[in-house]
Amino acid sequence: MIFTDVMVIGGGPAGMNAALTAAESGAQVLLVDKFQKLGGQLVKQTHKFFGWADRGAGTRGFNLAKQLAAQVNAHPNIKTLLGYEVIGGYPDQTYLAASWEDHVKISAKKAVICTGAAERMILFENNDLPGVMGAGAVQTLMNEYGVLPGESFLIVGSGNVGVILAYQLLQAGAHVDAVIDVLPKLGGAYWVHAAKVQRLGVPLLLRRTVLGVYGTEHVEEAVTAEVGENMEPVAGTEMHHKVDVVALAVGLMPLTDLFQMLQVRTEYIPELGGFVPWHDELGHTTNPNVYVAGDAGGIEEATTASLGGSIAGLVAAKELGFPVDENRIQEYLRALSSFRESSLSKKVLEGIERMRGDSNA
Amino acid sequence: MSRRIQEHPILEFPRTKEITIVFEGRELVAHEGDTVASALIANGIDVLRDSMSLHRPRGLFCAIGNCSSCLMVINGVPNTRACVTPVSQGMTVERQRDKGMMP
Ligand SMILES: Cc1cc2nc3c(=O)[nH]c(=O)nc-3n(C[C@H](O)[C@H](O)[C@H](O)COP(=O)(O)OP(=O)(O)OC[C@H]3O[C@@H](n4cnc5c(N)ncnc54)[C@H](O)[C@@H]3O)c2cc1C
Ligand code: FES
Repeated sequence: MIFTDVMVIGGGPAGMNAALTAAESGAQVLLVDKFQKLGGQLVKQTHKFFGWADRGAGTRGFNLAKQLAAQVNAHPNIKTLLGYEVIGGYPDQTYLAASWEDHVKISAKKAVICTGAAERMILFENNDLPGVMGAGAVQTLMNEYGVLPGESFLIVGSGNVGVILAYQLLQAGAHVDAVIDVLPKLGGAYWVHAAKVQRLGVPLLLRRTVLGVYGTEHVEEAVTAEVGENMEPVAGTEMHHKVDVVALAVGLMPLTDLFQMLQVRTEYIPELGGFVPWHDELGHTTNPNVYVAGDAGGIEEATTASLGGSIAGLVAAKELGFPVDENRIQEYLRALSSFRESSLSKKVLEGIERMRGDSNA
Repeated sequence: MSRRIQEHPILEFPRTKEITIVFEGRELVAHEGDTVASALIANGIDVLRDSMSLHRPRGLFCAIGNCSSCLMVINGVPNTRACVTPVSQGMTVERQRDKGMMP
């Protein structure tokens, strides 16, 4: 059994920052990630991040991950446990983490859960055929292992993830047949990337959905069609795409299994990506020993995940009795709300309001 | 055409040591640091298992151990996620075609 003051689950931007602020406050921290490397989503991103300069905007994602990981590894109060997935949480504040070979038991006074998000799936004919993958899976293969799972790609979803994936595929030397979206306008905020991708000759086809993929053992062709006002496909508008991979970038949903196991109340808040653990601005959930930060509490971005992590780490340490400068918490909270003032955060703010409102009802 | 990226403007993929894994009796070259899934896909193998009841081919979906689309029989152990299992010299890998029995 490993004993620790604070266990942080997930080593993305939220988790690494939570580990750092808790450790700086004097707490012993155990940071667990199921991947062999710290960084979460950041390790797969080759682009310069959007967001707030103080939190790494302007730095390429994977470099940002390296910088944070170096700080984590240098801190004497932080132990990391990599390649271990936390698969169980029990009412007496013990947890079980398993790797491919073995498992360990952990007893943690406080847990900060920063597990991030999982990708969504959509319905179409043969959507289980090999070659249909999450956009993140393509990124992992390509940017982490240097392997391209095909030659020609169709990307479904024109949000940030879809558009950035298109750009990364071009960097890696693949052919991108098109990026499609059911909506009449581009999904994400990163129009700079969208413009780049279009300039490089990738069509962005709007109001279009995928009807099905065909092939014997893996995708050989995808068929798409335009959608009408009612979102139904319009006959006669079909296009046949000769592709071997269809990458789905149709949104993320928070990973909430651990919260449910730990009796944390979850609420369905579409603006935040689906079911989310109820939480306040300090990262408290409905379980007094469990905190949340980052995409696990609602899909947002790296800047807000970092700030949320820093806050939750400080709050957890403070509630264990470590001396914490209250001004630091307030400073991060102010940074968070001023960052969210931009119009891009409108939806997230509505979601947060709804989540907090629901709980009082 | 090799599926391994040869040149990249931003990332570097230092070539690690080549090792051999045995996929359905066939020797394949993998690189140290690969997962079973990345090694198979680099070798052009996209079908990782059959679905349990309809026996439809299944491949990689999430690549981070979340979805169970990639369950294979690895070193005799069924229901092993190929996408998060690192390769090692001489490892045996088979497509899983049923629920899997403990060896
Ligand atoms: C293509 C793409 C481009 C993006 N571009 C930008 C951008 O330009 N600017 C920006 O601000 N944001 C961007 N984002 C969003 C940003 O990457 C995320 O919002 C951010 O990484 C969320 O951080 P996190 O720490 O909450 O979660 P993650 O980064 O997802 O980290 C979660 C970690 O938890 C681990 N984990 C999960 N479950 C367990 C478990 N049970 N046990 C142990 N470990 C577990 C995972 O392995 C992972 O390492 C982008 C995202 C994508 C996909
Ligand atoms: S591909 Fe999802 S668990 Fe391996």
